[in-house]
Order: sequence, then C-alpha cells, then structure tokens
Amino acid sequence: MDVVIWSRIQFAMTAAYHWLFVPLTLGLAFVMAVMETIYVVKKDDFWKKTAKFWMKLFAVNFAVGIATGIILEFEFGTNWSNYSWFVGDMFGAPLAIEGILAFFMEATFFAVMFFGWEKVSKKFHLASTWLTGIGATISAYWILVANGWMQNPVGTTFNPETVRSEMASATAFWEVISNPVAVSKFFHSVTSGWLTGGIFVVGVSSWYLLRGRQKRFAKSSIIVGGLVGLLGCACVMLSGDSSGVHAAEFQPMKLAAAEGLEDGGRGAAFTIVPGIRVPKMLSFLATHDFNGYVPGINDILRGYTDNDGNVIPSVAEKMQRGRTALDALAAYRSTEDPAAKAAARAVLDANVQYMGYGHLEKPEDVVPPVGIVFWAFRFMVGLGMLLGLVLLLSLFFAWKDRLANMRWLMWAAVICIPLVYICGQCGWIVAEVGRQPWTIQGLLPVNVAISSLSAGAVRTTFFVFLAVFALFLAIEIRIMLGAIRKGPDVEPENA
Amino acid sequence: MRKLKDRLRPVWELYRDGFRNMTWGRPLIWLILLKIFILFAILRVFFFKPAMAGMSDREKSEAVGERITQQTNHQKDTLNLLSD
Repeated sequence: MDVVIWSRIQFAMTAAYHWLFVPLTLGLAFVMAVMETIYVVKKDDFWKKTAKFWMKLFAVNFAVGIATGIILEFEFGTNWSNYSWFVGDMFGAPLAIEGILAFFMEATFFAVMFFGWEKVSKKFHLASTWLTGIGATISAYWILVANGWMQNPVGTTFNPETVRSEMASATAFWEVISNPVAVSKFFHSVTSGWLTGGIFVVGVSSWYLLRGRQKRFAKSSIIVGGLVGLLGCACVMLSGDSSGVHAAEFQPMKLAAAEGLEDGGRGAAFTIVPGIRVPKMLSFLATHDFNGYVPGINDILRGYTDNDGNVIPSVAEKMQRGRTALDALAAYRSTEDPAAKAAARAVLDANVQYMGYGHLEKPEDVVPPVGIVFWAFRFMVGLGMLLGLVLLLSLFFAWKDRLANMRWLMWAAVICIPLVYICGQCGWIVAEVGRQPWTIQGLLPVNVAISSLSAGAVRTTFFVFLAVFALFLAIEIRIMLGAIRKGPDVEPENA
Repeated sequence: MRKLKDRLRPVWELYRDGFRNMTWGRPLIWLILLKIFILFAILRVFFFKPAMAGMSDREKSEAVGERITQQTNHQKDTLNLLSD
C-alpha cells in the first residue's frame, strides 16, 4: 500500500477512535443535567445520587477521550502538510477557538461539577453541569465548521501568491460558520450523541434490572435516558433529511454512491436493500420533490442539468479546466511581469473551482468506493431505526412499570450499546469515504494533500498508535465496567 | 490586592480540596497525565514532527505551490486525449 492509503487509514483510525468518546460525552452530559435539574426542582436526594453516578461514568469516558482529538492535529502537520498549508487560517481559526473554548469551559465548569457539590449553591452547581454539556456542544460546532468547509468550501478565495484558501471578505467568516453543510452536520452529530447517551443509560440500567439490582434507580434512569435518546433519535432523522438535501446539492457523487445509483433521473427510486425499492422516494429525500432530478454516477461523469437548470459539466471537462487552472497557477508563480501575472490570474480565477480535477488521472477517479458507502448508509439507517424502537419500547414499559417481565427487551437494550457505536461510525464512513477522492471538495484531492513521507514511516506510526489506542481503550472499558458493576450509591430502600 | 486574594481563595480551595478528596477520580487523573505524557513527550517528539517545520511562510508556499502544479506525464497524456 502506498503512503496515501496508509495516511488515510491512520487518519480514519484516529478519527474513529475519537468518535468513540465524543458522542457519549455529549449524550451523558445532557442526561445528567436533566437528572440534576429534577433533583433541584424536586429536592429529592435520590436524583442527586442518580445524577452523580452517571457523572462518574461521564468522567471515565471523558478522561480516556480527552486529547484524542489532538492526535488528529498532529497528523495534519505531519502527514497532511500540503493540506494544512493550503487551508491555512480557515481551518486553523475554528480549531483554535474550539481548543481555547473547550479548555476554559471544561477547566472551570467541569471542576465545579465534580468538586463543588458541597461548596457552591445548588443552582450554581446545576448551571455548571449544564454549561459543561453546552461547552462540549459548542466545541463540537467549531470542529464541524472545519469539517463542513472541507465538504463545501464556502467563504474563501484561493490566493495564488500564498497558495492558500483565505477568507478575503468581511462576511467570509460568517459564511464559513453558517455553511449549511456545517450546520446540518452539527445537529446530526450532536443529536446522535444524545441518542448514544440515551442508549447507554437505558442499556446499563436494563443490565441492573436483569440482575435484580438498583430497581428504582434503573427505572428512573431508563425514563430520563429513554426520553433524551428518543429526542436525539427524532432530531437525527430530521437533520439527516437536511444532510441528504445538502449532499444532493453540494456532493451529488456522495449521494449517488450512498444509493448505488448508476443512472439517475426524475422520480428516482430509493433502494432499501438491493432488489427492494420505493418508487420516487430518493427524489423526494434529495430534493423534497417526488419528481426532482437526482443524478446517478454515470450522469455526473457525463455531465447533466440540475433542478435549477444549471448545466453541470462532465468530469472530463472539469479535468481540462482544472488543468488550465493549474497551468495558470504555474504561470502566475513563475513570472514577475505584472501583465503576465494579471493574465494568468484571470485564467486561474475563471477555472479555480475545478482546480482539484486537474490532478485526476481519469474521470472515474471521482467515484468513491460505492460498496462501502452504500452498505455503511444502510447499516446507519437500519440500526438507527432499531435503536429508536428499543428506546421507545423500553420507555413505554418502564413508564407502565412492566419492564421487569420483558427480559428480552432488557437484553436488547444491553446489546444496543455496541450497536449505537457501530451506527455512529457508519455515519462517519458515509460522510468521509463518500467524499473521496477529495480532502477539499473539488479543490484538493487526497494524493496532493499528503506530505512527502515514506509509506514505511506512516505505517510505523499507525502501528504505534494502534497499540497505544488499544491499551487506553482496554483501560477505559475496564474502569467503566468496574464502576458499573459497583453501581450507584443510592440508599438501600431505593435499590 | 488583598481583595483579589480573598476572591480567589475559594477558587483555589475548590480545586485544592477537590483533588485532595478524590477517591475514584484519582486513577483517572493519573491516566490523563500518562496519556498527555505519551502524546506530547513521545509521539509528538519522536513520531509526529511537522513536515514543514523550520520553513518560512515563503518556503512553505513555494513547496506546496510546486507540488500542486506538478503533473504526471500520465495525467497530461489523458488530458491530451480528452482534448483530441
């Protein structure tokens, strides 16, 4: 395997590892804040102890997850140096804001949340618990602004002098942070965290009920966790709908790959699994019109006319224009003559949106691995629906106080804990594998974004990381299981 | 000055007493410190040196500009075929 593949595998592993911790942090933060709110409102010590138990598991997850995102930033500098330079401050600014914000909010409110039970007022403590979760959520926003820009690079212009994408206008920063792809990604990712937190709480609580332990605690936790999880599930579906519309608009190849759609058209059918199709549904999901036009892989390769009447050139034509842009860039950088520079700049500006295509060897290079994206999408949606159903049933029977007789449902809730992680990872596979070959859509393919490293060097760091990650994951699971086995510190009459 | 000290004292005590009275959280703090040590003192120093460290901005833009405008003969042949 070459250096591009090893660099991608390493980055994918690091990002996937990071995403094991983030959704539970976002989801548990919400669950424990709701529980503490109930404690403050009802003045019932039981809810304080319940919230404290989930805070303990939150802390374990947080401790192992902390700084795993920093490794991604190491990789940007080492493995993806061309990309890092090319994106410049556009990428650095949101990540810096995230780092500073996360550090200060977490260092302040996290400490009050864990150390301040007896030191600050109930309301101040409650505010700190909510702000810990809100801080983590805002952090996620900045990360997704950076990721959303890679999928839909708005608000920047390419500067041939510095070879960077720069925010040139006063409104550019606003364009970047209100990028529709970033906004829908933010809601989709954060609410999937609520779903993860809800499933985790319901699954762990079901395990207590299966063992005949902590009955009041477990039932109460299932109700709160179930409500948070269901709210997350509903929001994931809504934001998933807007993600689909944005993919159709900004990354039609990703959508075509996720659907395995070779030839598109109006009234396109949605494939549930190969052989089972729902007529016109894909058109509706992608355009909110049952007769909307959805291009397939071949249409994108050949060129097509979109729903607004815009003629989208073939990939071969984009490659030619990309090559023209690259030649103009080379000409611009090789001359000091102002007239020649201006002429080259004009050609570059006219073709820059296709610059990345100039690096492709053949039109088919724009097609991502269809099988991976197609099946990851189906696993994500299918598992999401299963998780929602298990949450709904658990919540219903816990509410009716009939959950104790439904051992199969409690086992299903326990099994859903690993499934919710698989579901989240599948979502990121769709988002990231589906946008191949681009690091920045249309501007920079992965093979140009990487550093001049040997495959052996990247392979070595990959295995070092694998060993370190596996060790820390094993430690977390061990500490987490130990804390769950010990159980919450509720009074015997509540047990 | 004294006023500021009085105001900061409860903050200092919150952290001091919090860390002192830790029970189950103590191994987590050690875990975080161990991880940060591995990340910054080992991985960062020995494995993840920034590829363009030590270069000026001008040199970086030269290096990336050169890489971006570099084309393989295969790409040129393909594009020539397309334009024919």
